[in-house]
Amino acid sequence: MSQTMPAPPVTDKPVGKIAAGEKRKRSRIGDSSPWYYVGIAVIVVYCLAPFYWMVVSALRRPSDQFSNSLLPIPASLDNLKAAFSPSNGFARGLLNSLIVAGSTTIITLVIGITAAYALARLDFRGKGATLAAIIATSMFPGIAVVVPILQLWTNIGWINTYQAMIIPSLSFALPTAIWLLTAFFKQMPFELEEAAQIDGCTPAQAFRRIILPLAAPGVFTTAILVFIAAWNEFIIAVSVVNKSEYKTANVIVSQFTGQYQFQQPYGTQMAAGVVVTIPLVIAVLLFQRRIVEGLTAGGVK
Amino acid sequence: MTTTTSVDVPTTPETKPGRPPGRRAGVASFAALLLSPSLLILLLVIGYPIVSALRLSFIKTVDGVDPDTGLVTHSSVFSLANYIDIFRGDTAAAFRNAFWNTTTFTIVTVIIETTIGVCMALVMNKAFRGRGLVRASILVPWAIPTAMSALLWRWIFSADGVANDLLRANILWTTEGFQAWLAVVIADTWKTAPFIGLLVLAGLQIIPAEVYEAAKVDGSSAWRTFWRITLPLVKPALVVAVLFRMLDVLRMFDLPFVLIGPQKKSTQTLSLLAYNDMSNLHFGPAAAYATVLFAYVAVVAYAFVRLLGADIVGRGVGGGR
Repeated sequence: MSQTMPAPPVTDKPVGKIAAGEKRKRSRIGDSSPWYYVGIAVIVVYCLAPFYWMVVSALRRPSDQFSNSLLPIPASLDNLKAAFSPSNGFARGLLNSLIVAGSTTIITLVIGITAAYALARLDFRGKGATLAAIIATSMFPGIAVVVPILQLWTNIGWINTYQAMIIPSLSFALPTAIWLLTAFFKQMPFELEEAAQIDGCTPAQAFRRIILPLAAPGVFTTAILVFIAAWNEFIIAVSVVNKSEYKTANVIVSQFTGQYQFQQPYGTQMAAGVVVTIPLVIAVLLFQRRIVEGLTAGGVK
Repeated sequence: MTTTTSVDVPTTPETKPGRPPGRRAGVASFAALLLSPSLLILLLVIGYPIVSALRLSFIKTVDGVDPDTGLVTHSSVFSLANYIDIFRGDTAAAFRNAFWNTTTFTIVTVIIETTIGVCMALVMNKAFRGRGLVRASILVPWAIPTAMSALLWRWIFSADGVANDLLRANILWTTEGFQAWLAVVIADTWKTAPFIGLLVLAGLQIIPAEVYEAAKVDGSSAWRTFWRITLPLVKPALVVAVLFRMLDVLRMFDLPFVLIGPQKKSTQTLSLLAYNDMSNLHFGPAAAYATVLFAYVAVVAYAFVRLLGADIVGRGVGGGR
């Protein structure tokens, strides 16, 4: 997918120019049009301005908090220090997020990869229905899972544990992973297994020795997307945990309390928000091609 | 789905007439082995909660005082009371309000997001330098955790915040009223319109350039080309993107929870209503709300797949071959 992406516009370009030369009225907004650059600028500003505001607000001095200037002058790291002050438990929250999102991702991949292989490469009755059912499960509203799960965890004493967050997270992570992996496995040429079978491989050997190593990029992309989804999870984490030692970063930051009771500590929250978001933004910058490929292959949130 | 038939064709030719049944049975049991861990987990983490929520929703817990001992007693009875309460009495108003908010959020945000997303995709579809920059920037809103973006918008919409400064207004965005509803719509649109843009862009890129060429030769205007050619061809990608967004807004929770607050009437969604009852340990009513929301989501998804032919299985189980 990523290879084919730049292709259409290349063939598209001369067409636009010829048409523009022939009849101005008909020309679409082409490369040279200023409106085109305006459009691009609007998109970039639209997407980045609010995030830029988060970063700027995080870097202001706490005394300048309500300044609305575009640059944080003079800049200061006080908000960041405040975010990590021991009373907030933010560092622990980050660790908790890492544990929950990391475990969810690993469990999901280990379990989902074989299912995706079966759905993409094997031929058996009820395949379409199985895949449709798995995709349908990813659309369940989180609250419908959380209500009975909270009661169950209360009964068996699992409130304030990691597994209380990890297990329900599988309800959205596993269907997502199976779906993405199935799309990736399907893109690989089918001659691979045929060749392996001619060479005397069983389906299991073909999977382990041939398909899995070649599918590594798709598996990696799936891992990124599942990790981001699990890292961003909120409703489960806010419901099944009430001790701050077990709260994930998202929950703990949204519950920061200020110095004074009725004042929300926005500066500290923005600084913590930047810290929670930065790993994801770096992942996006590094793996943007892969992420786009994954998002459009499965059409996942 | 023409799944099984189209898949059969390429695999059978090389096998001899006598062998297929045995080989097929072997493949089927291998497939069952590969699928069973996932299906088992899904049964546990989704099947169990759904059945359990349904059961809970029919349980009414009655607090009473034992006349002999004077102690507080809890007794549970099976009844339709939780569902009846949805349509009668005090709770009916709260339910109607949450249902209304959920529905209006869904309709309004999806319409705005789709419009903006399609416009973004049309702009991005042109060849240009710095494609990577645009792609990275449209992924930023998508990557930010919703809870963090809700905090960010709460800050932007705070009384002394930048929104009021830019508008030269003094709106108390996060208090009860239409402005709180609007704040949620704006924050949600910011975060998810680029996502629709991304999915639509993928749909646009598989339209062959020749199609546009032909339209030009026939003298079609840009506007007409968009409605008659681009939109119909991009429809499969668009329908799936819109379906995902709708199902996502229907279950919206973190954004109003963090941006406005859990108890605010103006932005209370069905998920929030269920959450509030749940956190007061009223599991019965919470389960009833969750079940109603689940049914609502299922009906919308079914209608979408049926009426608009949303192909959620993506590339199709047989289509990839």
